[in-house]
Amino acid sequence: MKPSDIGILIVDDEASVRDALSKWFKFDGYRVDAAEDATVALQKLQDNLWDIVLLDIKMPGMDGIELQRRIKQIDKSIITIIITAFASVDTSIQALKEGAFDYVVKPVDPDDMSHLIKTACEHRRLIYENMQLRQQIEEISFPEEIVGESPALKKVMDKVATVAQTDSTVMIRGESGTGKELIARAIHSNSNRRYFPIITINCGAYTEGLLESELFGHEKGAFTGALYRRRGKLEMADKGTIFLDEIGNIGHKMQMDLLRVIETREFTRLGGDNLITVDFRIICATNRDLEKAVREGSFREDLYYRLNVFSITLPPLRERKSDIALIARFFIKKYAQSMNKNVTDLSPETMEVLTRYEWPGNVRELRNVIERAIVVVRGSVIEAGDLSFPFPAAAKTTEENSLEEVEKCHIKKILDRTGGNIAQAANILKISRLTLYNKIEKYRLKK
Amino acid sequence: MSYIYLIPIATESLFWLEPLTAGILRAFGIPAKCAPCSIDISPAFDPLRQQYNSSYLLGTLLAQPLANTGKVLGIAEVDLFIPILTFVFGEAQLDGPGAIVSMHRLNNTFYGMPENNALLTQRIVKESIHELGHTFGLLHCSSPGCVLNSSTYVEDIDQKSDAFCRQCQKQLHAM
Repeated sequence: MKPSDIGILIVDDEASVRDALSKWFKFDGYRVDAAEDATVALQKLQDNLWDIVLLDIKMPGMDGIELQRRIKQIDKSIITIIITAFASVDTSIQALKEGAFDYVVKPVDPDDMSHLIKTACEHRRLIYENMQLRQQIEEISFPEEIVGESPALKKVMDKVATVAQTDSTVMIRGESGTGKELIARAIHSNSNRRYFPIITINCGAYTEGLLESELFGHEKGAFTGALYRRRGKLEMADKGTIFLDEIGNIGHKMQMDLLRVIETREFTRLGGDNLITVDFRIICATNRDLEKAVREGSFREDLYYRLNVFSITLPPLRERKSDIALIARFFIKKYAQSMNKNVTDLSPETMEVLTRYEWPGNVRELRNVIERAIVVVRGSVIEAGDLSFPFPAAAKTTEENSLEEVEKCHIKKILDRTGGNIAQAANILKISRLTLYNKIEKYRLKK
Repeated sequence: MSYIYLIPIATESLFWLEPLTAGILRAFGIPAKCAPCSIDISPAFDPLRQQYNSSYLLGTLLAQPLANTGKVLGIAEVDLFIPILTFVFGEAQLDGPGAIVSMHRLNNTFYGMPENNALLTQRIVKESIHELGHTFGLLHCSSPGCVLNSSTYVEDIDQKSDAFCRQCQKQLHAM
């Protein structure tokens, strides 16, 4: 921030003080104005933006303390510096308690005044920077990959908005690839903890011993290979959120340890004696049937109730097929940009194939299919032939499809395989060529 | 031809006059000449602070007829203050006709050190060019060696040169 970017307003009933300070700050290049009393000052605060207000404590009418209160009501971030003619400890403490940046006793040493203003400017700059960074974090953390307009997804997002404002533990359920981590991040980024980290740990990816060390951290020498003290994920999540993915996969000892931490918010690092207190919110996710696990005795009932305070179940993609087009286009835009390809859309046939597919891998699978298609596509539109499915069986028709749909799909598949050769296709389908022509006509299939 | 008039205030010794005249000519390209005036400083005295009100003295300087013909610079031996600050080395009118400099705190003797007129002269020259720079509309400069760098301690004055940095020089010529 250049001095000319900083506006200083001087409020003092003594003209000589106003003039002297105005002159002093103008020489440093600041934008300066002065007011002889609180009323004029408040008017100037309405008319213009001020970063620093120097105000005399004793003024006729409204005094400096009351004016400071009004200023803070207008804009909390304005820096106020109290000027006082005599060192009144009580008044100065009151001013500081009510948000004054500092106070100066008249007359001030020029060097002190110079330093005070520089520090105030730096403070103001940091406030601005902080605000900008918060804005950036909010933009970055916005989970834009949650795409869809289906009622099922809207219901989920409503739940996210509701629970985000609370500190309740959330259990996210859903098949693999439905976006459980995205939902966890959405909850975090809409909560009051959003300026602190969200720490993710995949509980299923560690052995019990390693998971313990990852979660609680360890002291130097706690075990072979523990060469340094290490903070655990719980400590890192202080004031933020910890996302425990695949919570259903943790062992008995870990379940017990976790239950204790959830109840007390206290733990010790492995090999340590110091009790560490942390403040975190837990969001966990699983694709396991936890109720069944509880019944079978592989998951503690008390931990289950602790974690399952608020439950969000993510619908599989096959249950929100109306979102497939939106999600597919979202990924087309994303990958076309990253691969520098001019791919803009899907053909109607491709769309039909995508909609018909069962998506056992959910959104993650759709993302992969689109990414692969963008790699192989030659034109600007993805054709059905550009798609390849990791689980082709899921592309088969299901009992939900009508007989006509099944027939149309099957004929099309055979025609694709034979390269449009009617004789070959009719032979495979064990129907006459005439019948095949009629079917092609009926279903408006390309020859 | 316009001049910068140097007006000694309540000072007898003028050992600094010649180097100051040369310094001003070098910095501004304008000749300076001494113009002794009789200025009554007693009304500017604050008995509580035992100092002289800088703004009052500057006002008295500006009331001199010379101020209508060129810039005036008062060089005072007394300690100067402005109401909000404990002291000032000098005061100037931004883009105006007058400035005043006090040699009181520029003198080593103020800090209990032996008298050093050569050093005092250097400081007077720097402080005078600094304040006169303001009368030409120049603001404080963040460049450490520039004469327009703000100084709140006498050591700060010793650290900087008696010349304008390139940027300030450019601005001065543009004005």
